[in-house]
Amino acid sequence: MLASLPLLLAQTAPVDPAVQASGGGLTRFLAMLVSGIALGAIYALLALGFVIIFKATQVVNFAHGAIAAVGAYLTAYFAVTLNFPGSLIGGPRWLQWSLSAVVAILMTAVVGLVLERLFIRPMIGEPLFSVAIITLGIDILVRTITDDFIGTGVRPVGDPWGAGIWNIGGIRIAQTQIVTVLVAAAAMVAVAAFFRSRTGVAMRATAFDQEAAMAQGIGVGRIFALSWGIGAALAAIAGIFASVFPRSPGVMATTTAFFAFRAFPAVILGGLDSVGGAVVGGFVIGIVEVAAGTYLSPYADVLGVGFQGIVPYLVMLLVLLIRPYGLFGTKEIRRV
Amino acid sequence: MRGRPHLFTSYEGEQSLLPTWTQRVMLALFLVLLVTIPLQFVPGVQFLGSDSWLLVLNRVMIYAIGALGINILTGLAGQVSLGHAFFMGIGAYTAVVLGAPASDRFWGMGLPIWIWLPAAGIVAAIVGIIVAPTAVRVRGLYLAIVTLGLVFIGEHLFRNLTFITGGAGLGRDWPELAFRFWKEEEPLIDFSSRGPWFGIEFSGAAKTYFFMLVLLILFTLWHKNLARTRIGRAFQSIRDRDIAAEVMGVADAKNKLRAFAISSFFAGVAGALLGALVGRLVPETWNLLLSVQFVAIILIGGAGTTAGTLLGSFFVVAIPRMVEDLTRMLSVQVRTDGPFAWLGDFIIADQGDFGLVSTVANGPGLSIFQTNLALYGFLIIIFLIFEPLGLFGVWIRIRNYWKGWPFSY
Repeated sequence: MLASLPLLLAQTAPVDPAVQASGGGLTRFLAMLVSGIALGAIYALLALGFVIIFKATQVVNFAHGAIAAVGAYLTAYFAVTLNFPGSLIGGPRWLQWSLSAVVAILMTAVVGLVLERLFIRPMIGEPLFSVAIITLGIDILVRTITDDFIGTGVRPVGDPWGAGIWNIGGIRIAQTQIVTVLVAAAAMVAVAAFFRSRTGVAMRATAFDQEAAMAQGIGVGRIFALSWGIGAALAAIAGIFASVFPRSPGVMATTTAFFAFRAFPAVILGGLDSVGGAVVGGFVIGIVEVAAGTYLSPYADVLGVGFQGIVPYLVMLLVLLIRPYGLFGTKEIRRV
Repeated sequence: MRGRPHLFTSYEGEQSLLPTWTQRVMLALFLVLLVTIPLQFVPGVQFLGSDSWLLVLNRVMIYAIGALGINILTGLAGQVSLGHAFFMGIGAYTAVVLGAPASDRFWGMGLPIWIWLPAAGIVAAIVGIIVAPTAVRVRGLYLAIVTLGLVFIGEHLFRNLTFITGGAGLGRDWPELAFRFWKEEEPLIDFSSRGPWFGIEFSGAAKTYFFMLVLLILFTLWHKNLARTRIGRAFQSIRDRDIAAEVMGVADAKNKLRAFAISSFFAGVAGALLGALVGRLVPETWNLLLSVQFVAIILIGGAGTTAGTLLGSFFVVAIPRMVEDLTRMLSVQVRTDGPFAWLGDFIIADQGDFGLVSTVANGPGLSIFQTNLALYGFLIIIFLIFEPLGLFGVWIRIRNYWKGWPFSY
C-alpha cells in the first residue's frame, strides 16, 4: 500500500546561515548573490547534463536526480566509509578527498552508460513519451536501491571544507560555495572544449540529424552512450555539492534525489534543447531561490515553511505563460 | 457475422458499447462474479472475499476511477500529465472540508456524502480549468514537466494549509462512507461498519466494496461512452494529429481544456474516496510517486483502452500485496524447510546471508516496501520495452493466436 505510507519527500530548501549572518543592506545582498550563484551552479550542472542527453538522444531523463544521488552516495562511500583511493596518496586532505570524489564521479558515469545500454538503447525509434516514462521507471528503480544503501540516516560526503566561512569585508561566504562555483566553471569549460573536439562535433552532428550523422560514418550508438556518461558525471558533481554544508548535512534518502527535480525549471526556463539556456536558467533559478529564501523568510507564516523550494516551479510556470518554449528554446515549427 | 468482431454493417453497430454477443455474455458473467466476490461462493476466487483482500480490491476500484480519468487526458486526448496526484489532493481536501466535522483546529462543515462526493469532483474540475490555460499553451514533454511542477507546488500548499489538511506528517480524519439525508445521528445506509443487508451479514469492507463497485461501474460507463461521443472523438483527433484536427474544425484549446476538466473530475472523486477509505492521510500522500503510479497503470494496462485501464489498476495496486504474501510464504518455507526453501534462501536475506529482500527492518537487502517500489520501476521499464501496448496488447495477442489456430496468422 504505497500511497498510505507517509513518504516524507522533504523538499526543504534550507536558508543559507552565512547569508543570514551577513548583516543587512548591501553586504547581505552580495552574500545572497554569491550563495545564489553557488546554488545556480549546481542547478546549471544538472540542467547541462539533462540537456546534453536530451539533445543527443531526444530522451527526457527523469532519472537525473536519482543518478545525482548515486554520485553523492558513492562519494560518501569512498571518501568516508572506505577512505580508499584517497588514502593511498599522501598530500593535503582536499587532494585525497578530490581523488575519492573523482573515482565516484567516474563510477556514476559508468552507471549512466549501463542504464543507457540496458533500458534506453532498445527503445530507439519508439515514441518519445514511452522513453520518458521509462526514465521515470529508472528513477524509481535506481532511487529505491540507492536509498537502501544510504539507509535511514544522513551520510556526510566528508568534504574537507566543512562549515568553514570566509568573511570578506562583512560579507560571509561559505567556503564550499567558492569551491562549487570553481568546480562547476571547470566542468562547463570542459564541456565547451569537448564540443569542439572531434567526438564533440560528432555529438553535435548527431543532435542535428541522426541519419545524416550516420551516413557520415558517426557511430550514433556510441554517441548516445557517451551523452549518458557525460550527463551522469555532471549530475554526480552536482549531487556531491548539493550534499555539502549550507544546503544539506549530507546524502539523505529521497531528499538528495528530489533536490535535483528543482533543476527541471532551470531546463524549461532556458529551453529544453538549449545548452547555453540550461546554464543561464540554472543561475537564474538559483539566485531567485536564494533571494526568496533571504528576503521572504519573515513572511513564512503566510507563505509556508520552505517556500523558496517551490519558487523555481512558480518561475517556470510564469515563463511558460509568456514563452512556451523557454527563453532560448527552438520554437517547434508546425507543418501541415 | 460470427467470429468477425471488426465487421460492422451499420453505424449503430460500430458505435455500440458492446458490439458482439460474446462480449455481452462475458461482461454479464464478469459482473456476476464481481458481485458475488464478498459472498465467497465462486470456487477459485474465494480468497478475494476475505476482508484483507476486499480492502485491496476497494483500493483497486478507487485507483481505477482515477486511472480512467487520466486515461481520458493521456489515452484519449494525448496530453501527458504528471499532475494527477495534485487534482486528487484537491478533491480529497474538498471532501474533508465539506464532510468532516469542524473542530477548533480544522475547518469542517459535516455535510452528507451526496454533497461532498460530487463537490470533490467539481472543485477539482474547476481547478483543472484554472490550470488548463497554462497547460494548453505548452506541448508534449514540456507539459509533462509543467504538471510535475504542479505536484510540487500542491505538496507545499497541502503541507502548509494546516487548517484544511491537518499539517505535514499528521493529516486529519476524513468523513466516513455513510449515506445521510442531512446531519442526522444514525446514517440511513452505512457503508463502512459490520451489519446485515437484506438478511445477510456483511463486514464493513464488503459493504464498502459494493459501494465502490457501483461507483466504478458508473464511471466506467461514462468513460466508455465519452470515447464515442462528439467530444471523445474530438479528443482522439487531437491526439492523433492536432493540426489536422484544427483544420477539420476541432477547437484545439477548448477540447484540451475539456479533457483537463473531465480528467480532474475523475481524479477529485478518486481522491475523496481514497481519503474516506483509508480514514486518515498525510498531505505527503499526493506526491509525484502517486502520479507516476497512475501513468504506470494506463501504460501497463494499455493506453486509451477501458478494459486495459481496469486491468492495469488491479495489477499495479494488487502487486504489492502479492509480493508481501510471497515473501511471507518464502520465509515460512525457509523456517520449516519446505520444498521451496532453496528459493527462499536465495531471495530472502536474514541473519547476515546474502539476498534481495529482507523481512527484518534495517536488515541487509531491500525491505518489502522497497522491493515493491523497485518492482514498480522495473515493471514500467519492462512493459514499455517488451509490450508497449500493455496487458491489453497481451490479450490481443492471445486472442489472435486462438483466432488463427492452428495457423500462426
